[in-house]
Amino acid sequence: MSEPLKSAPLLQAIGLSCERDDRLLFQSLDFSIVPGSLTRVEGANGSGKTTLLRILAGLHDGFEGQVLWQGQPLIADRETFLRNLLFMGHRPGVKPLLTPLENLRFLISGRQRVTDDQLSEALSRAGLAGFEDVSCQHLSAGQTRRVALARLLLSDEPLWILDEAFTAIDQQGVEGLEQLLVNRAAMGGAIILTTHHEPELPGMDRLCLGQGGGREF
Amino acid sequence: MNSEARPIIRPLPHSTPLLPAMWAVLKRDLKVNFRQLQDTLNPLLFFVMVVSLFPLGVSPEVAFLEMAGAGILWVAALLSTLLSLDHLYRHDFDDGTLEQLALQPQPLYWLVLAKTLAHWLVTGLPLVLLAPMLGVMVHLDGNSAAILCLTLLVGTPVLSFIGSIGAALTLGLRSGGVLLSLLIIPLYIPVLIFGTGTVTAAAEGAPVGGYLALMGAFLVLAMTLAPFASAAALRISLSNN
Repeated sequence: MSEPLKSAPLLQAIGLSCERDDRLLFQSLDFSIVPGSLTRVEGANGSGKTTLLRILAGLHDGFEGQVLWQGQPLIADRETFLRNLLFMGHRPGVKPLLTPLENLRFLISGRQRVTDDQLSEALSRAGLAGFEDVSCQHLSAGQTRRVALARLLLSDEPLWILDEAFTAIDQQGVEGLEQLLVNRAAMGGAIILTTHHEPELPGMDRLCLGQGGGREF
Repeated sequence: MNSEARPIIRPLPHSTPLLPAMWAVLKRDLKVNFRQLQDTLNPLLFFVMVVSLFPLGVSPEVAFLEMAGAGILWVAALLSTLLSLDHLYRHDFDDGTLEQLALQPQPLYWLVLAKTLAHWLVTGLPLVLLAPMLGVMVHLDGNSAAILCLTLLVGTPVLSFIGSIGAALTLGLRSGGVLLSLLIIPLYIPVLIFGTGTVTAAAEGAPVGGYLALMGAFLVLAMTLAPFASAAALRISLSNN
């Protein structure tokens, strides 16, 4: 398999510093995300992992420094950047009153033309076969997460930012998801993620935030 | 979850169909509202109850009701809109769909516009449709009732649009309800004055064209500017999250 171009970074962070509630989360953070890379943001609880991911997605603006998408500041062409980004926060973005099919259709509607067959297929591949038309409030936490994750199977966005995407997913699902991420990176997609468990992903880069020294657990 | 080999993924160009995205937001919000019918009907019930309690609580005399009727209906409509505002973004904020809305590759302005329109369709429009019936109850004559409906038709979307700014601003607060009322009521007062003023003028036989034109101007102003403010407020609320 041919290696995608590693030279042109998709996303660049320059001198990123963030302070929250008079506490410095991180400062002068420089890194770039190239196509085909898998980056795990690591750090103790409260070290600013989620905040960093939200800054990269353009959701959080209380920071200093710059985030560049293909060499341009995010705000220069926000719509193009957002079209290229798939962000999944730790709240899955699934409406309890809608069915998995309706939820998935809505999440994709502004981005891609997809048929209902494609949506159903993605849902069944995400382990929700037979649940397409059940209201999401009757699904378990893991199944609700899977509704959001089914989006990954249809995604054409080159950049994925996944904040705790493995939450509530069973062992088999975690393995499948890890495989999906590895395949995605091999195809030239860039992935930034945080996880609670230690994933076994070949070629994974690590980005460490802060230190949790002096603590017993 | 496996995935077969697909072609290399490349960055996508700017291509964002606006109307389908707005339509999807509108359709989704209507659907959600119909599935929580109790929450949706609550402001309507409130509207009907307030209006029907006035004759019982104050005076059932025709002279009083003829004079106060339009005002009662307008105040009730205003309060019932206020009652429904907290739900406009709250649930979406809590389940993370608001975040996804802000990350859609369309300007948030248009998506907020669609969302507010959906809010009006489920709270404002039913008020307008109920008004003639309640108008009869407070002894409004045919002409006044028609004018009242017209002012509500033009006025309730203004209430929804102005209200959406307040709802977006108070989103990050744990108990934003009180603050929301304090923020929004002063902005509602001009709409209320012109709404009831129009009906009073009609009852006195004065021309109402000027009043209605002014209310139309309110509507155009609210519809074009409020989504800007709401979108900005939403970004702030999401950013502080």
